[in-house]
Amino acid sequence: MKIRGLIATAAAGALALGLAACGAEEEPSTGPVSLRMTVWSSNEAHLKLFNEIADAYKAKNPRVTEVKFDPIPFENYTTTLTTQIAGGNGPDLAWVLENSAPDFVSSGALVPLDDTLAKADGYNAADLNPAATKLWQTDGRLYAYPFSTSPFGMFVNNDMLKAAGQQTPAELIAAGQWTWDKAVAAAAASAAKSGKAGLVVRDFDYKGWDNLSTVWTGWGAQAWSADGKTCGFDQQPMVDAMTFLHKAIFTDKALPGPGTTADFFAGDSAMTITQISRASLLKDAKFGWDLVPLPTGPKGEYSVIGQAGLGVLKKGKNADVAADFLAFFTSPENSAKLAAYFPPPRTSQLTAETLAKTNPLLKPEQLQQVVIDGISTGVVKPSHSGQAEISQAVRAALDPLWKADADVKAVLGGVCQAINPLLAK
Amino acid sequence: MSTRFWTGSRRDAAAGYLFIAPQLIGSVLFVFVPLGLVFWYSLHEWNVLADTFTFTGAENYQALLDDPKLADALVATGFFSAGLVVLNLSLALLLAVLLNQRLRGTVFFRTVFFSPVVVSLVAWTIVWGFLLQDNGGVNGLLDLFGVDGPNWLRGETTAMIAVIVVQVVKNVGLNMVLFLAALQGVPGNLYEAATVDGASRTRQFRSITVPMISPTILLTSIITVVGSLQVFAQIAVLTQGGPGTSTTVLVYYLYQQAFQFHHFGYGATLSVLLFAIVLLLTLVQWRMRRKWVFHES
Repeated sequence: MKIRGLIATAAAGALALGLAACGAEEEPSTGPVSLRMTVWSSNEAHLKLFNEIADAYKAKNPRVTEVKFDPIPFENYTTTLTTQIAGGNGPDLAWVLENSAPDFVSSGALVPLDDTLAKADGYNAADLNPAATKLWQTDGRLYAYPFSTSPFGMFVNNDMLKAAGQQTPAELIAAGQWTWDKAVAAAAASAAKSGKAGLVVRDFDYKGWDNLSTVWTGWGAQAWSADGKTCGFDQQPMVDAMTFLHKAIFTDKALPGPGTTADFFAGDSAMTITQISRASLLKDAKFGWDLVPLPTGPKGEYSVIGQAGLGVLKKGKNADVAADFLAFFTSPENSAKLAAYFPPPRTSQLTAETLAKTNPLLKPEQLQQVVIDGISTGVVKPSHSGQAEISQAVRAALDPLWKADADVKAVLGGVCQAINPLLAK
Repeated sequence: MSTRFWTGSRRDAAAGYLFIAPQLIGSVLFVFVPLGLVFWYSLHEWNVLADTFTFTGAENYQALLDDPKLADALVATGFFSAGLVVLNLSLALLLAVLLNQRLRGTVFFRTVFFSPVVVSLVAWTIVWGFLLQDNGGVNGLLDLFGVDGPNWLRGETTAMIAVIVVQVVKNVGLNMVLFLAALQGVPGNLYEAATVDGASRTRQFRSITVPMISPTILLTSIITVVGSLQVFAQIAVLTQGGPGTSTTVLVYYLYQQAFQFHHFGYGATLSVLLFAIVLLLTLVQWRMRRKWVFHES
């Protein structure tokens, strides 16, 4: 009797929950709208600009009472976002990282944007650079707007290099000698002289292996083929690139070994490879620095870009309003404002002149060489559907490489073995 | 003829239910309902992004049997739990016995060993992460003694050892305090009698102390075993399951599958497995109490 009572109580509780959930699904089609957009930047200047754009939108659309920008830490951004979606608490709009682009674009989680953008006044969608939108399209439909297309460049601490008696990269570029061999030699010399780190591939830290594409692309290597079906780790260009990198780490000591952290922007290393958006960290730098394109590899000049898209979630209650806001947020006028921090996908705005206005720390030639040339020729960092699982498998299989006595070829063969079943999915 | 509804016994029953209500509602909402949902999810394929939730029956359980990575996770979990339980309990008992002496400074040392228990777990682990770096504090200390320390978190064995030790140092104080309380509950006259009989200190420990504190040994071992199966934050902060998959314990693997790879259905299946393992181990330990716990009849 008592047990039955308990069960009845529990069942009533569960039912109440279920009813509450049903009630929440009834959506208002008119009436005030509040939008939420997840971002991974909590930079005050970024958020201030976003809020200014949102205020202008609200002024024009009184129905929209709130646009909230919700920063989620970068390290577990995608995990948090998908957990919110799973919990029925997804945002209306979301930034999407390039490595999860295939998952988001192909899953049907996002609203196709073509019609909304075509209808928007003065939007000029034809101005969007095809190289920038490629990752965000499937079957000819655009599922996210590539609001940031940011090339990787090499930041250098010229003071440290000079102290080690090395030529600066600018001098090497002028002499046509800015190669990976020279870069590693300079980094090794500086590390030996200063006792600090030579070259740091930022955010790699022997885990974020996709950042190494900023190196191996110079050898013509790729993580997998363009169709995503064939593993590239066991192929010769990758073996050559990784052999070079392994030697640079363990023999030349040009890169800090595993388990050692060094921050270029705090003056702990002579060079670092990262995206140009980090230039803002150098505002108060106490050392002489420069930003140069990545060194040339055996395959010549190359560049690598990281991307971020902005999409509208289909599950959101007000997906149509959210899409309209996206069109406003990325209009030519607002795109020019956003260019202060995020290299825009609009061909007309990709000029050294426009970018110089909003990137006062960078010289026009740096912008031209690294940003503009980088975007038009750049290879996007590796991405694949099911990226998180593949990424984890690659990380685990690459771990044996980060030892002084590693057999590079065997380890890379092991990487392919680990990810082939996942690539085939 | 109608009788009064609120008879004395009904009043008592209602009062009783009201008293247990806070605990009961909490348990139902936050334990039983989620537990039921986990079982329910484990029978489904749930793609969050595509918003599909399909009944797949026992498919996830079949996948569990076919998953080559699960064996690695279970082995890692076994190593972690065994290492943690043995090290934690023996160290806790040793410390408790030492600090149970009537000597100056014991209160200070009790505080020292207990204080990590109240430190935030993540903060504790992050600091250890710095200390365990190749050029970190631990190797700096070893260097003073002329020992060239390993790159702790980058070697498969050393990473596991590091994770275990970080966890033991964090929590050994709790078991130590439980043991201390138990030790102080052992009547002194037993030792006096044993001394008169000529029993050595070791013999006294074995034949008096251990049997008298055996209920506490049971309690601490259950807490520690169950706790060790739930380790997550340390792994997430220190090693992310690496190098290779050497520290990918079951809970971390479950987290990867559900929250990183978006296989929520399979993640739920793994939690059912974890639930079964914890339940089984607790039952085994509970059954064994008759054999080796002195007080219970």
